[in-house]
Amino acid sequence: MKLTLNVWRQASANRAGSFVTYEVSGITPDMSFLEMLDVLNEDLLTKGEAPVAFEHDCREGICGSCGFLVNGKAHGGHKGTTICQLAMRFFKDGDSLTLEPWRAKAFPVIRDLVVDRSSFDRIIQSGGFITVPTGSAPNANAILVPKENSDTAFDAAACIGCGACVAACPNASAMLFTSAKITHLNVLPQGQPQRDQRSLNMVAAMKEEMFGTCTNHGECEAVCPKEIPLEFIGKMNRDLARAVFKRRREPIPVSPLVQEAMQK
Amino acid sequence: MLDAHIPSGPIEKKWDKRRFEMKLVNPANRRKHSIIVVGSGLAGASAAATLGQQGYHVHCFTYHDSPRRAHSIAAQGGINAAKNYRNDGDSVQRLFYDTVKGGDFRSREANVYRLAEISVNIIDQCVAQGVPFAREYGGLLDTRSFGGVQVQRTFYARGQTGQQLLLGAYQALEEQIAAGNVRMHTRCEMLDVVMVGGRARGIITRDLLTGKIDAHAADVVALCTGGYSNVFFLSTNAMACNTSAIWRAHRRGALFANPCFTQIHPTCIPQSSEHQSKLTLMSESLRNDGRVWVPKTKGDNRPPNQIPEGERDYYLERRYPSFGNLAPRDIASRAAKEVCDEGRGVGPGGRGVYLDFGDAIRRLGEENVREKYGNLFDIYEEITGDDAYKSPMRIYPAPHYTMGGLWVDYDLMSTLPGLFVGGEANFSDHGANRLGASALMQGLADGYFVLPATIPNYLASNKFDKVDTSNPAFAQVKAEVTERLQKLLSIKGKRTPDSFHRELGTLMWNNCGMARSEKSLTEALQRIPALRDEFWNNLSMVGTNEELNQSLEKANRISDFMELAELMCLDALERKESCGGHFRIESQTPDGEAQRDDEHFSYAAAWEWTGTGKNWAVQKEPLTFEEVHLAQRSYK
Repeated sequence: MKLTLNVWRQASANRAGSFVTYEVSGITPDMSFLEMLDVLNEDLLTKGEAPVAFEHDCREGICGSCGFLVNGKAHGGHKGTTICQLAMRFFKDGDSLTLEPWRAKAFPVIRDLVVDRSSFDRIIQSGGFITVPTGSAPNANAILVPKENSDTAFDAAACIGCGACVAACPNASAMLFTSAKITHLNVLPQGQPQRDQRSLNMVAAMKEEMFGTCTNHGECEAVCPKEIPLEFIGKMNRDLARAVFKRRREPIPVSPLVQEAMQK
Repeated sequence: MLDAHIPSGPIEKKWDKRRFEMKLVNPANRRKHSIIVVGSGLAGASAAATLGQQGYHVHCFTYHDSPRRAHSIAAQGGINAAKNYRNDGDSVQRLFYDTVKGGDFRSREANVYRLAEISVNIIDQCVAQGVPFAREYGGLLDTRSFGGVQVQRTFYARGQTGQQLLLGAYQALEEQIAAGNVRMHTRCEMLDVVMVGGRARGIITRDLLTGKIDAHAADVVALCTGGYSNVFFLSTNAMACNTSAIWRAHRRGALFANPCFTQIHPTCIPQSSEHQSKLTLMSESLRNDGRVWVPKTKGDNRPPNQIPEGERDYYLERRYPSFGNLAPRDIASRAAKEVCDEGRGVGPGGRGVYLDFGDAIRRLGEENVREKYGNLFDIYEEITGDDAYKSPMRIYPAPHYTMGGLWVDYDLMSTLPGLFVGGEANFSDHGANRLGASALMQGLADGYFVLPATIPNYLASNKFDKVDTSNPAFAQVKAEVTERLQKLLSIKGKRTPDSFHRELGTLMWNNCGMARSEKSLTEALQRIPALRDEFWNNLSMVGTNEELNQSLEKANRISDFMELAELMCLDALERKESCGGHFRIESQTPDGEAQRDDEHFSYAAAWEWTGTGKNWAVQKEPLTFEEVHLAQRSYK
């Protein structure tokens, strides 16, 4: 099949970008979306033009590297699928597709479809961990974890950090991402000692990175390739409230960001 | 002769003894030492985090935008540990024995024993970090079986165990970054090692966004940069996985051991189009419940559901009754190739076999099968459009893991003093075939427990002159790296990097893949240098070094594959025996199994670089077996 692609081309972060139209042909239904872009790029290279830069690595939907908008939909808008797993059989001959990078203040464009998502790493740095110096762990079966808690933790931990939730949100909010990590760790017995400081610190870090706030559109859940449910945001808000109240009586070690927010 | 520095004494005391002999660094002195860790997968992230916790000044490098993207994340099935929570006869001794036997007696006993011992601590560590392993209703950890073993010692997190373990290590790493103990360098690719005074004292990197070539100095360097299956172009590895870090170290003098030991994984989704960029693995865990079969008669084109039970050949169950569908990977792969070579393969091109869950669904119910393998069935459906709950999956072997890598001693130090190697990048623990769920175990054993013990010992045992990047050695290596990149950019030929990579990969798959012969290897050894010459004279490249240039990154990695491929074929040619994943068709038993030749080949072949286009020199580390009785490996 033959397709028309309108691709966002931007040479670097501080240069202006624009859409450029390309035709690709010889696309077969069993190719993946990124293999279709490989065909385009081989063609561009042969003509001596710069290939379209896009991020990708595992091409099996788990590393979280890939992701851009296709006709305004993150990862192409196919339920539970990253763009690298999206097969071309879902498109038809003559389709016209617009490809553009994630659009969010916290994800500046680096080149073409590549954006900087290091803000996600900084959110994790603020509290997305359980402190266990290597070697100090108790026997793995010493602490029982109810299966339902373990399953919820897994459902939340399935997040691949691709950023589709932010790109789909009208507020560019990172609440689905942040709530997934908070839920993963806060629901486990091992995560309890740092539960309150984690909730306070991660929410403060999220705001510091200029992500917006959730206003319940649910777009994030709809595009999440790992189908992380919206209810985790509610859970995060409850955990945050719990931590705020608790902090009135007990000293919880928090980052300067939280202290600042509390004073306001 | 190569000395692996294996501690003396009984095998179960060696690691304890070694740890006691090790010199320590006083906590107050640790921050004076800097350590470079290259790679942020299971081995790299866990090593960097642990060394950071200990108080060293760590620099960690990854070419990804975040350490969480490393390819360890794609491991599906599980991680082995000799916990014996099932009370089914497991023990450290048995995990040790299974691993040595699984590797077809081509690994180092002392290393494997240590791995089995440490396996127990890894699970504790990961659970404490919050890794959501599968659990029973009583709240205890669940386990399942993997290939080549008869106990249930594999811990798992649905089909995403690698992801969950990596996120555990990543989170520990991010905590150390926030604490200022680790400095993370993302989008930064290592291009060479710098030796000063005979010791590894730093690396040269390229910033993938700006093209800036930088020098970094430290007291010690650890490479945890993964395997090189992408030499085959089509493999289960992520697109960027490459050999460059270990290959550049090899060119600086680190010996490369057993390069021909590659693992072809039996259960991957078959290639469907010529534009295919990678192959997708279907976890080995599926063979717990899936049954592998092909039609009994050649050219039987009926849909699988219309082929009656009596006309199906469950060839693994038939040939290996005691292990059945859980025969080890090398054996299962070869068996699939044989039935396809006989013309009984299924699907387009006849390169596929069925993996059938019909019986499991009848026995356990669809819901239980979904609970165990749901995400794998989803991946299968996304890629093929077929519903594996209704008709069997089609699978075929694909390159997956490389047991070969830089030679290391018991302390995981390469032949370059101060250059340590962990995870898949080293050669140490899996011999000629890795058992399923052992890669995650080894990566984390190296990163959490071995390197954080042996690197401090190295730091405490040597005196370190102050070396910074103003040392002339850095400028020289930097110039060499820059020149190589400029050369790639200046060729202005006609062929794209991918076209060369595809050609090299096809050649390696056909001539140095699942079956190798003197003829195929000799032919490859003639064709590879010619292809490499063409690469250096006819490569087309656009753009400059001073920008995000993904074609340049690719071409640079392919230039190293072009050299490695030759060494792989040379190693395969010299090793005239068959063992594990290395199958020389000249050396097989009457019933077609790999025939080892212990008298002549019971050694690790460690190759020394002598210059492009020149032959390598080989050094041999003899493998002695004191604990395990050498035997023809049998899974019948």
